[in-house]
Amino acid sequence: MVSFQFLVFVAVFYVAFLFVIAFAAERSAAKGKGKWLRSPIIYTLSLSIYCTAWTFYGAVGYAARSGLEYLTIYLGPTIVMIGWWWVLRKLVRIGRMHRITSIADLISSRFGKSTSLGVMVTLLMVVAATPYVALQLQSVTQSIAVFSQSAGQGWVTDDLDRATLWVAVGLAIFTIVFGTRNLDANERHHGIVIAIAVEAVVKLFALLAVGIFVVWGVAGGIGPTLELIDKSPIAEWDQHSGRWVGLTFLAGAAFLTLPRMFQVLVVENADENNLLMASWAFPLYLMLMSLFVVPIAVVGLDRLPAGSNPDLFVLTLPLAEGQSFLAIFSFLGGLSSATSMVIVATIALATMISNHIVTPIWLTSKGAGAMVSGDVRQLVIGARRLSIGGVLLLGYVYYLLSGGSAALAAIGLISFTGVAQILPALIGGLFWRGATRWGAVAGIGVGFVVWTWTLLLPSFGPDAVVPAAVFDNGPLGLRYLRPYALFGIDGIDPQLHAILWSMILNTTIFFVVSVLTFPQPLERLQGAQFVNVFEHSQGARAWTQSTAEAEDLLVMAQRIIGAGEAQALFQREAQLQGKASYLPDVTPDFVAHLERELAGSVGAATAHAMVGQLTQGVSVSVEDLIAVADEAAQILEYSNRLEAKSAEQERTALQLREANEKLTQLSIQKDAFLSQISHELRTPMTSIRSFSEILRDGDMTADQTVRYSGIIHAEAVRLTRLLDDLLDLSVLENGQVTLNMQRGTLRDLIDQAVSATGSGQAMAIKRRPAEENVPLYTDVDRLTQVFINLIANAQKYCDGEKPVLRIVTRQIGGSSVVDFIDNGSGIAKQNQQVIFEKFSRLTDARKAGGAGLGLAICREIMTRLGGEIAYLPGQGGAAFRVVLPPAS
Amino acid sequence: MAAPKKLTFLERSSYRRRRIRDVMRVMPIAGLLLMFLPLLWPKGEGSGYFTSAALIYLFVLWVALIVIAGVLARYLGIEPDSLPQQDKR
Repeated sequence: MVSFQFLVFVAVFYVAFLFVIAFAAERSAAKGKGKWLRSPIIYTLSLSIYCTAWTFYGAVGYAARSGLEYLTIYLGPTIVMIGWWWVLRKLVRIGRMHRITSIADLISSRFGKSTSLGVMVTLLMVVAATPYVALQLQSVTQSIAVFSQSAGQGWVTDDLDRATLWVAVGLAIFTIVFGTRNLDANERHHGIVIAIAVEAVVKLFALLAVGIFVVWGVAGGIGPTLELIDKSPIAEWDQHSGRWVGLTFLAGAAFLTLPRMFQVLVVENADENNLLMASWAFPLYLMLMSLFVVPIAVVGLDRLPAGSNPDLFVLTLPLAEGQSFLAIFSFLGGLSSATSMVIVATIALATMISNHIVTPIWLTSKGAGAMVSGDVRQLVIGARRLSIGGVLLLGYVYYLLSGGSAALAAIGLISFTGVAQILPALIGGLFWRGATRWGAVAGIGVGFVVWTWTLLLPSFGPDAVVPAAVFDNGPLGLRYLRPYALFGIDGIDPQLHAILWSMILNTTIFFVVSVLTFPQPLERLQGAQFVNVFEHSQGARAWTQSTAEAEDLLVMAQRIIGAGEAQALFQREAQLQGKASYLPDVTPDFVAHLERELAGSVGAATAHAMVGQLTQGVSVSVEDLIAVADEAAQILEYSNRLEAKSAEQERTALQLREANEKLTQLSIQKDAFLSQISHELRTPMTSIRSFSEILRDGDMTADQTVRYSGIIHAEAVRLTRLLDDLLDLSVLENGQVTLNMQRGTLRDLIDQAVSATGSGQAMAIKRRPAEENVPLYTDVDRLTQVFINLIANAQKYCDGEKPVLRIVTRQIGGSSVVDFIDNGSGIAKQNQQVIFEKFSRLTDARKAGGAGLGLAICREIMTRLGGEIAYLPGQGGAAFRVVLPPAS
Repeated sequence: MAAPKKLTFLERSSYRRRRIRDVMRVMPIAGLLLMFLPLLWPKGEGSGYFTSAALIYLFVLWVALIVIAGVLARYLGIEPDSLPQQDKR
C-alpha cells in the first residue's frame, strides 16, 4: 500500500517538474532557440487537452454504463481532424491572418468587430465551461480520496473540499504565472504548451499502462478479454441510433467551438503545416486513448465489488490488484488530464473576459482620450489574472453546490451542448458572406436559451432549479414548453432532445435573421475577408483618412503591447514607407495594420474601438467600400489602358523603325546621287569642253565642225534638261507652281502621251479606249507629263521578252484610276518604298539615262493636282496606279 | 491586375495533388457513414450481434482512416498555391 504522504509527495514533485519544464521552455523561446516548440509533434500533443479527466476517468465509467457510446466523443473529433481540409484549414488561416485571440474574438471579428457579440459568446462560454472545470477539480479530489481510503484514512467531505480548494489554488498560480507573463502580440504561451505536451504523454502512457496491465495481467490476453466483454452487462449490441449520430455530431462541433480547443488549435498554432501531421496523429492519439477503455470497464465490472464507482476503475483496478506504482502512475495521468484542461480553459476564458468584457467596460467608463492616459497593458493583464482566479472560483463554487455527485459523462455532454451553440455562427461566418451580426446574435441567443432550458437547468435535478411540476406540465401550464418535451413531442432522449432542438432552432433563426437584416459596412468587409481568406490575403482597409497623430497612436500602442515592441513596429512601418524617422505617416493601411497587431493582444473589437477613439471614429462607410471596389475597377481599367497604349507604342515604334530605314536608305542614295549628279553634270560638260576646245583650235572640215557643234548642242540640251528637271521638282515641291486648269478627256491625254513617247514599236501597248472616256478638269499638260513619264519608264525598265504595257482604266470608290502595268519583273519589295523619292534609281545610271527624278516629279504633280500615284504590287510586273483628281 | 486565370488542364503532378485533395474532402464523409454502419445491425437480445464485434469493427475503421490520412498528408505537403501569393505583410 502506498502511504498517502508518498502520493502527495509524488504529486507535488510532478507539479514542480512541470514548472521547471515550463520555465525552461519559456527561456528557450525567449532566447530564440524554441524552434522545436513549434514542431508539429508538440502541436499535436497540445491538442490532447481534448482528453480531460472526463476521458481519463469518465470514459471507463461511460463504457461501463452505456457500452460503446463513449466512442462517439472521440469519433466526432477524428472526423473533424481528418476532414481538416474543409474547416480547420480555413479556421487556422483566418486565426493567423486576423490575429484572433479566442473563439469569442473570432465571432466578434467576423461580425463587424461587434462588442456585444463578444460579450455574449464570452458569457455563454463561461457558463458552459464552469461545470466542466468543476468536473476536473472533482476528479482530482475523488482520485486522492481513493488513495486515502485504500490507505485507511477515510476522508470526510470537509477534507475533500479543502483538497479541492488547494488544487484550484495551485492551478490558478500555475496558470497566472505562465499564462499571463506577457501580453504577447500573437498570444502564444510556450511554457504552457510544453507543459501540456508533457502531460499529454503522461496521460496517454498511464492509460495504456493500465490497459495493458488489465488485458494481459488480469484478464489473460486478448481472447479472454473479448470473451469477458461478451459475458459482461454491455455485451449485447444495443446502441441508440439517435444518440450515436447526435453525440458524434456534438463532439465534432464541440471540438471546434470549445474555448480551450480553439486556443490550442488556432491561437497557439505557429505554423499551418502543423495541421498536416495533426490530421492523422491526433486521431491516432484519440484512438490509443480509447483503445483499452472497454477492457478496463468490463474487467472492473467483473472484478470489483458491485457498487464501485466505474468512473474510478482506472485507479481502483490497479489498487485492487496490488499494483501501487501503476496506480500512482495512473493517478498522475488523471492529474495531468485535469490540470492541463483547467489551465488552457482558464487562459482561454480569461482572455475572452479581459478582452470582451473588462476592457470595453473600462473604455466606456473612461470615455475618449483614455488611450493616451491610462495603462491598458496593466489593466488587461490584471483583468486576465483576476479572470483566471474567477473562473477557477466559479468552478469550485459549482463543485460545492453540485455536491460532486453527478456522473462525469453527463456534465461533459451538457458543457459540449452549450459550446456547440456557437457552431452555426462559426460555420456560417466562415463560409457564407450573407451571415450578419443580428443573425448571429439571434441564433446564439436562441440556442443559449434552449440549451439552458432543456439541458442545463434540468441537470440539477427536479426541484433544484426547475420545479418538478414544470417537467410534467411546463412553465405556467404551457405544456409545449416542457424542458424534456418541447413543442409537445415526448419520448426523445433528453440529451438528444436538447441537441436537436437547440441546433435546429439556432441554425434556423441564424439563417432567417441573417437573410432579413442588412450588414453594416465593417461587417461586409470582414465577411468578405473571412470567407475569401484564401483568395485575397491582404488586409482590407477598415479606415479611411485618419485624423490621428502618429505620436498618439504610438503612445497607445506602447501601453498595450509594450514600449519595445510598439517602437519596433512603428519603425518598421516607417521604413516601409521609406522614412528615416521613428514615426510613420498615418495612412489608412498603417492604421489597419496597427489595429490588427493590437487585436492580437486585446481582441479585434477592443482594438477597433481604441483605434476608433484616436481616429475620432472615422471608420469605413458603405461609400468607402464602394470606393475601394471602384479603385480596383479603376486600376483594372488603367491597366487595360496601359496595355492598349503599349500596343499603340509598339505600332508607332514599328513605323518609326520603318521610317528610319527609309531615311537611312535615302541618305545612302543621296550620297550616291550627289556623286552621280556631279558625274551626270560632268559628262556633258567634259564633252562640251573638249569639243569646244577642238573647235577653238580650228583646222577642221566643215563636216567636222557641224558634227562637233551638234554634239556640243546635244550635250547642252541634255544638261539643260537635267537642270530643268531639278528646277521643276524644286518648284513643285515648294508649291510655287501655278496650275493651268483645262477641260479634256483621259483618252486624249493618253493618246498624247503614247505618241509623245513614240511607243508602239519596241513595246506593245494594250488599251481599252472605250473605258478611257473620262472627262477631266485639271492641268492637262501636267497630267500628260505624268503619263509620259510612266510610259517612258516602262519602256526603259521593262525587261520582259516581249514588252507589253497595259493601260487599264477603272472606277474605284467614286474616283477614276489608271493603272500602268508592264510584264517585266517588277520592283522588289524593299525598293517599293523609295522609288518615289528624289534621286532614286534602281538600275544602273547609264542604262537609264535619267537622273532618277521622274517618279518624284510625278508624285509631286499628282499631289498638286489633288490625285495620287502609287506603286501597285502583285500585278505580275511593275505597275503604277494613278488616281485621277475629281473631275469637278 | 487581371484576375488570375484558372487553368483548365494541369500537368500531371498538379493533377495528382488535386485528386489527393479530393480524397481528403471525401474521407470524412465516407468515414462518418462507415461509423454509422453498425447502427443498421440488428439490436438487442438474441440478435447475434455483440459489442465486441462493433468494437473491433470501429477500431479497424479508425486505424484505416488514420493510415489513409497519414499517407495523404505525406503526399500532399502544403501546396504552394494555397499560400498568400503576394503582399506578405
